[in-house]
Amino acid sequence: MPQVYFDHASTTPISSVALESFIEQSKLVGNPSSLHSNGRLARKKVEESRETLANLIGCHSSEIIFTASGTEANNLAIKGIFWHRLKEDPKRKLILISSFEHHAVLDPALWLGESGQAEILMINVNKDGYIDLEQMESVIKERHEEIALISVMHSNNEVGTIQPIKEIAKLAEAYKIPLHSDAVQSLGKVKLSFKDLGLFAMTVSAHKVGGPVGVAALILKKGVDITPLLHGGGQERDIRSGTINAAGIASFVSATASAMRDMEGNYQKVFALRSKLISTIQGQVSDVRLNSPLEGEILPGIANIEFPSTESDSMLLLFDAEGIACSTGSACSAGVQEASHVLLAMGRSQAQARSSLRFSLGISNSESEIEYLEACIKRVIDRARAAYRG
Amino acid sequence: MKLIAAMSGGVDSAVAAARAKEAGHEVIGVHLALSKNPKKYRSGARGCCTIEDSHDARRAADVIGIPFYIWDMSDEFHENVVENFLAEYAAGNTPNPCLRCNEKIKFAAVLDRARAMGFDGVVTGHYAQTKDIDGQRLLYRAVDSGKDQSYVLAVLNQEQINGAHFPLGDTTKDDVRLEAKSRGLSVALKPDSHDICFVPSGDNAGWLRERLGSQVGDIVDEAGNKLGEHNGAYTFTIGQRRGLALSVPEKTGEPRYVLKVEPVNNRVVVGVKADLAIHEVSGLSPIWCGPKPSGQKSGFIQVRAHGSAHSCKYFLDESGPLPELKAVVDQPIYGLATGQAMVIYDGDRVVGSATITGTK
Repeated sequence: MPQVYFDHASTTPISSVALESFIEQSKLVGNPSSLHSNGRLARKKVEESRETLANLIGCHSSEIIFTASGTEANNLAIKGIFWHRLKEDPKRKLILISSFEHHAVLDPALWLGESGQAEILMINVNKDGYIDLEQMESVIKERHEEIALISVMHSNNEVGTIQPIKEIAKLAEAYKIPLHSDAVQSLGKVKLSFKDLGLFAMTVSAHKVGGPVGVAALILKKGVDITPLLHGGGQERDIRSGTINAAGIASFVSATASAMRDMEGNYQKVFALRSKLISTIQGQVSDVRLNSPLEGEILPGIANIEFPSTESDSMLLLFDAEGIACSTGSACSAGVQEASHVLLAMGRSQAQARSSLRFSLGISNSESEIEYLEACIKRVIDRARAAYRG
Repeated sequence: MKLIAAMSGGVDSAVAAARAKEAGHEVIGVHLALSKNPKKYRSGARGCCTIEDSHDARRAADVIGIPFYIWDMSDEFHENVVENFLAEYAAGNTPNPCLRCNEKIKFAAVLDRARAMGFDGVVTGHYAQTKDIDGQRLLYRAVDSGKDQSYVLAVLNQEQINGAHFPLGDTTKDDVRLEAKSRGLSVALKPDSHDICFVPSGDNAGWLRERLGSQVGDIVDEAGNKLGEHNGAYTFTIGQRRGLALSVPEKTGEPRYVLKVEPVNNRVVVGVKADLAIHEVSGLSPIWCGPKPSGQKSGFIQVRAHGSAHSCKYFLDESGPLPELKAVVDQPIYGLATGQAMVIYDGDRVVGSATITGTK
């Protein structure tokens, strides 16, 4: 049975250059913070990688803080910026986020809210998956003196829509409000420049771009202080402590460089596969509804599709049994699938959200895999419908 | 066959799944999530629905080498088991939620879903046996009489039994643990669960009081004389001796037992052991695990999950508006609560069951 991987938004296969780079660097001993020659050699690789990444994503190398995960970088951004702003001005207790952020942004913000430190205001998104700029503008105008920070994802991980970050940055800039953006899904897939976007902070992660799991970065505008979360050796600009992951960083940057070098071609290839996937599914299951826009400001590979009168966990099991990996994209609580907060924020009903699946394609996919899906999807959906509990 | 193995995270269901796979079936492990909020029912539970239990089940599935998923059955469980449990207690009955869970969840909601998805049946770690005799699948007691769970399975009808697979019925619990160890399953030494899984503290009366409220009522003798007070009639079970705290002692000095629970006037009636003697048991909604019996038969009746079997004559009384299963016992049974199940056996074979509605 073929194994078909349609879950690239969850994690990507490691690219050969990234794997090579990881193995190469792992062979060398030396803590990048050590002063001896082994340490210096490791540090050299880290700093070269930092400079390369800075060039790739339009920031200064000193603006990169490497972390162990995108979640850590998002927590550092949300909590670190919030606490620092609050210390400077106790009135600034308001955090604005979009209502369909990834849990790695949503949950630290909600935690600050629930623990009584912050007020969280979620800006609506429309049915197509784009943030309501008018609401954002009016809240900023009305409450700018209270706003500690704004965080809006660069692209949504479940439906693939790219958000108007530049416009939000302009609105925030007028009142000198820091704007953070979780860009883990965008890196290597679409144009991404920290400087051009006018951001204060941005999160990127290795394993969504063909790099290894366990390394990510927060890009933080120069000259800005934030409150650290991890205290220790202060290895990363005294903001993030922990031994620097030289092999992970080298591999992360190799993967990013490779993805960005081939970005346009990859976009076209993956987007064409996505279009074929959507038309194939529509051809086999006539009543499906798209949760992702068909085209426009979107990532190339994410197609979120509702299969009415099904439950996503039945479909996942049945697709898995056919060798096809896909996802709901939503978080699990003890493994129990909950209705996606992203789709609910986009105005879908509980039933609609529970009957939706995310297929996320990448450069490793091929047309023949979509043809294989075509051969089994009807059987899967028929059975999922028979098992539907209504 | 294609089978769903219901895996609680305990040793029995893990070995059952492993045996099913080894027997050549295509097996997929499923852990049933019975609460949407893991902290609600699960916190500290020693039952089968903590987050740790789901991790144990997943790990066992990995070791066995089968796919593993979690199915959210929390709505079905709440509606059919938890709410029913509360309603039955509020009505003065003593329900058995495990029976209810087998009838409505494991061999109904789960089996139905499995069949709809193209599976042939459900494997569980219950200690019971099925035997195919004359083209019919029948339910029997387990070989390990100390662990026999046929009582809590006696609510399954023929269709459900046809889809049920109990690979542990021919093995003792000790051997199952040894087998788990030799299979490298880390749950080999995990303690058995005894409590009601959604009452993690084990304090049934306290759990009921929290939900049904406490209301002071009288404890009386059969003549209606007040002997003491209680905090809610529903927390008492017929046959119960402990926790009565009576202020007036029995003249003969004999211990007293709950004879009747009257939820409507919040009264508990007590008396001596002799008053608890039951000679005839009747129950509504009979379920047949095999052929429906005709005429009067000799057999055995069991009225508790791990109680003993009493010899009896049983028959189906269809003279009233609803068919009633009746059993006349050869020797009296003491302390029998309505709401419990009466299970009829023909030797080791489970004939069927009904919910006890009356005793004489």
